[in-house]
Amino acid sequence: MTINYLGSISADDLPATFTTFFLEPVSVGFPSPANDYLESPIDLNKYLIKNGAATFLIRVSGDSMINANIGDQAVLIVDRSVKPKHGSIVVASLDGEFVCKRLKLRPRLCLLPENSKYEPIYIQHGQDLDIMGTVTAAINKFE
Amino acid sequence: MKMIALVDCDNFYASCERLFRPDLRKKPIVVLSNNDGCVIARSKEAKVMGIKVGVPWFQVKDSYLAKGGQVFSSNFALYGDLSNRVMHVLEGMVKNIEVYSIDEAFLDLQHIQDSNHAYEFGVHCRNIIDQWVGIPVRIGIGPTKTLAKIASHLAKKKIGGTGVVCLNNSSHIVGALKNLPINEIWGIGRNLSRRLNAIHVYSSYELMKMDTRLIRKKFSVVLERTVRELRGEQCLSVQNAQEPKKQIIVSRSFRGQTSGLNQLQPLISNFAVRAGEKLRQEGQKCSQVSVLIATSPFSKQDQYRGFNSIQFSSPVNDTRSILAGAMRALQACFKQGYAYSKAGVLLSQFSHPTVMQKSLFDDLHGCIEQKQDENLMRCIDSMNAEKLQVYYASQLPRQLLPMSKKMMSPKYTTNWLDLPTAN
Repeated sequence: MTINYLGSISADDLPATFTTFFLEPVSVGFPSPANDYLESPIDLNKYLIKNGAATFLIRVSGDSMINANIGDQAVLIVDRSVKPKHGSIVVASLDGEFVCKRLKLRPRLCLLPENSKYEPIYIQHGQDLDIMGTVTAAINKFE
Repeated sequence: MKMIALVDCDNFYASCERLFRPDLRKKPIVVLSNNDGCVIARSKEAKVMGIKVGVPWFQVKDSYLAKGGQVFSSNFALYGDLSNRVMHVLEGMVKNIEVYSIDEAFLDLQHIQDSNHAYEFGVHCRNIIDQWVGIPVRIGIGPTKTLAKIASHLAKKKIGGTGVVCLNNSSHIVGALKNLPINEIWGIGRNLSRRLNAIHVYSSYELMKMDTRLIRKKFSVVLERTVRELRGEQCLSVQNAQEPKKQIIVSRSFRGQTSGLNQLQPLISNFAVRAGEKLRQEGQKCSQVSVLIATSPFSKQDQYRGFNSIQFSSPVNDTRSILAGAMRALQACFKQGYAYSKAGVLLSQFSHPTVMQKSLFDDLHGCIEQKQDENLMRCIDSMNAEKLQVYYASQLPRQLLPMSKKMMSPKYTTNWLDLPTAN
């Protein structure tokens, strides 16, 4: 390797504009007109989940809720922080199993399937009904 | 009076196992350590049956199962997720929270002006966590961390209460301390309580009444701080930022007994690789790697514990250096003729990667080739983050950990294939 001495420079020799920095690489073409209008893409999580810490996913087995648009293998969004009311679709634990049904408080406390093949489940005196959470959405996948 | 709350999940691992198994309500549950070696957690019902924490599973297995007990291998994916949820809810309720462990957090209740409202806040907080996450907690509230810990202890003992105990006036505190043996105070172990008993200090109340200068002279500043905290003087604050870890340990016990050096080497390699990954996740470098190997304390054969440390001349976080150090340490502490059942790798003496103290005498330690390549490690870590794809030659592929976790529950909240089902 050879070195050619070209002379020395002092800071005074540098033009004042030399130290201008650009935060982004500057491309030579015309800047995208969309740059100023960029928004974050649509986020399904935000749409489906209001309270992440209280939300659990549960898979449906069977067609007992088919008339409420909840098919076999649908994924339920269950939010434990939403208070269930008359008519809410809920996941409840009944005799040690989870079930997904519509909650009816009137005229008698019962869990109502949304399929005429199935009988309503009336809660007997002394029977445990524990509501795990309110179903706020269901995801049915077709492919 | 500024108050501090300690939120502590009741029998946390057992509560997690029960959350998606409504059939296990009120059934005894135990959770086993990695590799199903020992009992590490129990439900209330299992405690009543006399199962102790730390007992080897094989000793209690038959009688416990015969009585209808349920057993699970530890499922840290599930416990970690539920712990995060609990902490997340707490973060939404107070400004300042210190996550103390997987199932405990200190809350700064500075927003509560009137200490009488602290109890109501505790009850509210407990109800919200139970409703939203489904994990039962108990809450101890007091003017200091040490007193909050004592209050939580009282909440645990009080059966059928609200699960919340608030020590908010001095008569309340004195009453609690008079009935509390000193070894139940936070930070007072068996040794220290023996030394205190020797000078006739038995109850926490007696300790609180001690002269702090005397305590500092005869014992330590740490104990002096505890005494001040018992008096309601805040010495320990609720620390938001977590202190960086001081050491990383990866260790396992294994069932099949291993006696040869060539059998231990791949295991130690696996642990060293895992430890290196954890080190880089923490953003640290270490100056020391140690290896521990031990025989089973329950075996009737000859016992041996080997331990050796290797010092690096300058801090490293490159797995290749850690591996080389671990192999050297293993060779130094290995003895032929023992049936080993536990091994581990420990990384220590951490320093931040940007702080670099180069050794003047790198060559003196030349026997360990210190490799350091940040980009290579980042690349391997990101490939292995999904699924293990890149091995180091000394590892034991496909048998990465000699773990048996036969009784692990599904990863209900972290894996699509493991979601709980409803009919």
